[in-house]
Amino acid sequence: MELVLSIGIGIMTGSGVWLILRPRTYQVIIGLSLLSYAVNLFIFAVGGVKSNAAPLLEEGVDISTMTDPVPHALVLTAIVIGFATTALFLVVLLAARGLTGTDHVDGREQPK
Amino acid sequence: MSGWQQHLIIAPIVIPLVAGALLLFFDERDRVLKAMISVVSCLALAAIAISLFRLANNGPDSFEGVYLLGNWPAPFGIVLVVDRLSALMLVLASILAIPALVFALARWHAAGAHFHSLFQFLLMGLNGAFLTGDLFNLFVFFEVMLAASYGLLMHGSGSMRVKAGMHYIAVNLAAALCFLIGVSAIYGSAGTLNMADLAVRIGEIEGERRMLLEAGAGILGIVFLIKAGMWPLNFWLPGAYSAATAPVAGIFAIMSKVGIYVILRLSLLVFGQGDSAGLGLNVLLYGGMATIAFGTIGVLASQALGRLASYSVLVSSGTLLAVLGFSNGQVTAGALFYMVSSTLTIAAFFMLIELVERGQDAGASVLAVTMEAYGDADEEDEEVEVGVTMPGTIAVLGICFAACGILLSGLPPLSGFVAKFAMLSGMIGTGANSEAPIAASAWWIVGLLILSGLAALISMTRAGIRTFWASMEGTVPRVLVMEMAPVMLLIALTLALTIKAGPAMGYMEETIRNLQQPAVYIDAVINARRAGVAEPSGPDGGGGI
Repeated sequence: MELVLSIGIGIMTGSGVWLILRPRTYQVIIGLSLLSYAVNLFIFAVGGVKSNAAPLLEEGVDISTMTDPVPHALVLTAIVIGFATTALFLVVLLAARGLTGTDHVDGREQPK
Repeated sequence: MSGWQQHLIIAPIVIPLVAGALLLFFDERDRVLKAMISVVSCLALAAIAISLFRLANNGPDSFEGVYLLGNWPAPFGIVLVVDRLSALMLVLASILAIPALVFALARWHAAGAHFHSLFQFLLMGLNGAFLTGDLFNLFVFFEVMLAASYGLLMHGSGSMRVKAGMHYIAVNLAAALCFLIGVSAIYGSAGTLNMADLAVRIGEIEGERRMLLEAGAGILGIVFLIKAGMWPLNFWLPGAYSAATAPVAGIFAIMSKVGIYVILRLSLLVFGQGDSAGLGLNVLLYGGMATIAFGTIGVLASQALGRLASYSVLVSSGTLLAVLGFSNGQVTAGALFYMVSSTLTIAAFFMLIELVERGQDAGASVLAVTMEAYGDADEEDEEVEVGVTMPGTIAVLGICFAACGILLSGLPPLSGFVAKFAMLSGMIGTGANSEAPIAASAWWIVGLLILSGLAALISMTRAGIRTFWASMEGTVPRVLVMEMAPVMLLIALTLALTIKAGPAMGYMEETIRNLQQPAVYIDAVINARRAGVAEPSGPDGGGGI
């Protein structure tokens, strides 16, 4: 479980970093999305990976059998904020495409 | 601080939130109404910030400026904390907002949709970042501030702004992801996100967990350094700031100071003592010095005034970072004074530039500097201009420009000089520890500070001569009193800061003394009294569940 999760985070981070360094705006936004997935999984992972564990506190339940609810709350906030800012970036990207006529991040094609 | 006064603490967040949301209900054509709501909100913010400032200043050392959101006990719920540092930042932000808003009301607020709402949300994010005592909450307020700033940066549209905005957003989204990684690494190792609780627990963390914590703090630090504009994380800043409209650039002057604020807060609260003490101070010191050098070269090389101002932001950030890295209480107090002075100056300068450049076409200033370098090509017969009087507008603009030049280069008699003097005297003068030898890094900072002042003076003189004395067009920009007044107000504030330099420095020193005793802050947060609960219950008292 931990291994799969860490490999998944690693692959997504690597692909995301590579993509945000590319010259096309579409690649940048996909890279940022991949990075945010990786980060969201990372936030999950820092709480300790547990399957079939409830985050609810009850009387007489051993605390070590439960999962930590705080990362869940954090990841929810991070998803919402990440979603909103990505949508905003998409609008800017389209505006830039419309204004400059190219999807290069610098607004002009590099001379060949 | 008790009763209704306690609720003042949350007002700097609630007022702009309500005002910004309210503004969305009105049509863009109701400009007067929208402007009224915005102005009232800013005035109320300033009044509240000043009263919080007075409370924080007059209060005893064991202040009670802690606000428990939802009345949850401290390490579990989210807290807002007002101490001298956050009160100072609140006042600075709200004082800066009024001139920027008034300036925008003259014409810029009509250049696009929802200017006032975005402006209010930016203020909300700023105030929230200054008030919060919780790392994840800090992330949320950072995002509120940034989301509003994306909109504001592109206010007025145009391909220049959209392009600059796209770079700015991409950099900040990547930084936000680093923020999350840093915060979650800290949570994973320390098990808390409350800054005060973190400061308590950091002493108990051993071995690998401490490494994870320090790595998380380092990643978090990178985010704040991007925001503050430390070299080599600052290539986005000159493009973004010089593309923004004047009032927006004016309020952005404080945004780069948010990063500085958080670094100052965390480095003294969490990493002030114990095994992790002084984490990353060398990065601040050398990075700050590199930033001053980079900014200085940029100031000298700038052909357009907007870029000159943007590089001045970098010089200001670099100075603050280097001095924070130097980590000497007396010097840091001077740095706080410098921060206030330089923020006001740069905001005034950004707005002034727009007025000065209004009469010129965009390429003129670039052409002017190029001509200076290669010699004037056309030496036409000058008309005889003996006895031609300078128009009043140009005279006022010129005086303000000179004042900005004096402030930026740190010459007497204005507050830029007082600030630099306070920092220099702390490092090598009477304020320095007379027994220990002066560190080599102190000499480096002193040299860079003086050189950056000289560079600012050269550039400002060059730009001023070209703009006011040898203007290529000879046209007088049409400037409204409403646009001139904010610039003059900001310069008047620096003048007031100069006159009241003694009490102001006293406040800064007191602030630093507070920050150097994190125990008071920690105690105030952890033992914050809950409303309607007679005795503060202990951490294992099960309060609230």
